Amino acid sequence: MIQLNNIDKVYATNTIETTALKAINLHVEKGEFVSVMGPSGCGKSTLLNIIGLLDSATNGEVLIDGQSVQKYGDIKLAKLRNQKIGFVFQSFHLINDLSVLDNVEIPLLYRRMSGAERKRKALAALEKVGLKARTKHFPNQLSGGQRQRVAIARAIVGEPELILADEPTGNLDSVMGAEIMDILMRLNKEENTTIVMVTHDEHLAKQTQRIIRLFDGSQVG
Amino acid sequence: MLKKYIKLSLKVLLRHKFFTFVSLFGISFTLMILLTTTAFLDHMLGPAYPETKLDRSLYVLDMEIKGPEISRRGSISYYFLNKYVKSLKTPEAVSITSFFQKTVTYHDGKKYKIAMKFTDAEFWQIMDFNFVEGQAFTKEDVTNINQVCIINQATKEKYFGNESAIGKYIEADWKKYKVVGVVENVPIIRILAYGDVWVPITNTKEDIVSYSMDGDYQAIILAKTKKDFPAIKAEFQKHLDQVEFQDDTYDSIRGGADTILESTSREMFGFDDSKAHLLFIIGIGLMILFMMLPAMNLVNININRIIERYSEIGIRKSFGASSITLVGQFIVENIILTLIGGFIGLIITFIVLTIFNTSDIIPYANFVMNFRIFGYAILITLLFGLLSGVYPAWRMSRLKPVQALQGGTK
Repeated sequence: MIQLNNIDKVYATNTIETTALKAINLHVEKGEFVSVMGPSGCGKSTLLNIIGLLDSATNGEVLIDGQSVQKYGDIKLAKLRNQKIGFVFQSFHLINDLSVLDNVEIPLLYRRMSGAERKRKALAALEKVGLKARTKHFPNQLSGGQRQRVAIARAIVGEPELILADEPTGNLDSVMGAEIMDILMRLNKEENTTIVMVTHDEHLAKQTQRIIRLFDGSQVG
Repeated sequence: MLKKYIKLSLKVLLRHKFFTFVSLFGISFTLMILLTTTAFLDHMLGPAYPETKLDRSLYVLDMEIKGPEISRRGSISYYFLNKYVKSLKTPEAVSITSFFQKTVTYHDGKKYKIAMKFTDAEFWQIMDFNFVEGQAFTKEDVTNINQVCIINQATKEKYFGNESAIGKYIEADWKKYKVVGVVENVPIIRILAYGDVWVPITNTKEDIVSYSMDGDYQAIILAKTKKDFPAIKAEFQKHLDQVEFQDDTYDSIRGGADTILESTSREMFGFDDSKAHLLFIIGIGLMILFMMLPAMNLVNININRIIERYSEIGIRKSFGASSITLVGQFIVENIILTLIGGFIGLIITFIVLTIFNTSDIIPYANFVMNFRIFGYAILITLLFGLLSGVYPAWRMSRLKPVQALQGGTK
C-alpha cells in the first residue's frame, strides 16, 4: 500500500537547515495497523504528512499502491488524497462555520456525487462513530471526544483505503481516548482499512500490529 | 458544489458581521454616490425632456470680451447674438434666450414667486416641450411684442386649478400676459429650458435693439445634423472675426459655438482648447477614485478574511480540494458579496433619487437611474473584488496542505 524509499526531509531557512527525516525506508501493507512512536520533534508528524501527500520529501520516493507520486501535480495529488486517504488530526481541524454533517461531507464535495448521496454517506459515517443524533450541531457545541469522532467520520466517509491519524487521542482524556482507539481498531478489523497512527502513548501503540520508532529523524525500530 | 459554496459564503459573511457590514457599506455607498452623480449629470447634460436634440445642439453661452480697461466673461448681449449668431446660415435654427429671472406676482390675493424666461419662437422649435394645452407663441408674437405667454403645469394649477388656462391672463414683471400654451414642468437643472413662464423676448424692459455688448443672453444653435458642427463652428468664428465694436469699451472678443460638454468645460477651464478634454478626464478620474475606495476596502477585508481561513484551506486541501477548486470557492464568495452590495446600493439610490424627485430641493426634478452606469459599476466592483480576493486566495492555495494547516507558515 505504502512504500517510502530513502526519504529525507530538510527544512531550510536563510540561515539554518534542520533535518527532520533521514533516509527513511518504510513499507506498510494493505490492512495493516501501524503506529509511529518517538519523542517530540523526532519527525513523526513530518513522516505522516509525507505519507499523506500533505508535504513533499526533500529526497527519496513515495509510492502509493506501487505508483510513485514524486512527479504528481496539484490536481493529481488532490485526487489521490481525496480517494485513497483520510486524515485524523490531534487538534481535530473541523471547520467551525459548518455543521457536523457539513464537516463530514467535505471529502465528498470534491467527488462527482449528488447532494442526497453525499448526505446519505455522511449520515452513515456519523452512525459508525455514534454521532448520528448530532448532525445539526456545530463543532464548538461538542466535547473533545465528540469532535474527534466527527473528524473520524470525515476521514472514513469517502471509504479511503488508508487512514492517517496524528495523535488522535492526544487532546482527549483516557476514557475518550480509548473510545477513539476502539473505533480505529474496528475500522481496521471490520473494513480492512490500513491505518498509520502517530502516538506518544505506549499503551495504545501496543494495540497496533507494528510499531515504528523514530529518533532524531531516523528510524530506530 | 455551487450551492455548497453559496451556503458557505453566506455563513462566512454572517460570521464576520462587522467586516461584512464595512464591506457592504463600502460597495453600496460608493455605488449610490456614483449612480446619484451620474443621474444628476445625465439629467443636466444628457438628452432629456425638453432638450432631446442635444446631439444636434451647440451653445453660445460663454464669451470673453476685452477692452483697454475692462474685460468680462459670461453671457452676452441680445444685440451681439442677433447680429452674429442668428445670422448663421449653416444651422437649421438659432434661438436667443435669457436666463430665467425670479419675479414676484400676485393672483387672487396670493403672492407667487415664479421663474420667467424671455425667449423667441425658434426656442420652441429647438426644444421638445410637451404641450398639455395650446401651442407655442409665434415669430409674429415676438416681432409684434405680443403679451402672450406659455406657462408650465405647476403654474397653471396654482393659478387656474383644473380649468383650462388658454386665453386667461397672468401677471408677471408688472405686465399682463395672455396664456397661449401650457407645457409639462421642466426641472431646474435643465437650466437653458427651465422656467415657469416663457414670454416673447421682445417684451423685456431692456433695450435689446441698440448697440451694446453687455447682456445676459445665450444662443442655442440646432444643426441639421451633427456632421454640420465643424462648419457651424467655423462660420461662427468667421463672424467673430468680423465683429465691429462701435465704442472704445471693448476691442476684442473670444468664444465658440460649443457642445454642452465643451461649454461646461469652457466654463470651468477657460478658453484654452488644450484643456477641452480636462472635464472628461476629471470625470473619469473621479469615477476611478469612487471605485478605488471600495476596492481598497475589499482588498483589506479579503486579506484579513483569507488569513483567518488558512486552517480551512488546509483542511479542504487535505481532503481533496485542488488549488483551482479553492480559488473557485473564493470567487463565488466575492461575487456574492459584491452582488449583495450592488443590490443594496441600487435600493439606496432609488430611495435617494425618489427623495430628490418628490421634495422641492430641486424644482420639478425627475432623476432616473442610469442602469448602464450601474452595470459598469457592478462589473468594476466585481473585477476589483475578484482581483483582491482571488490573488491572495490563489497564493494561499499554492501552499502545501501542511503549511496551510499550520497557519500559513513556510
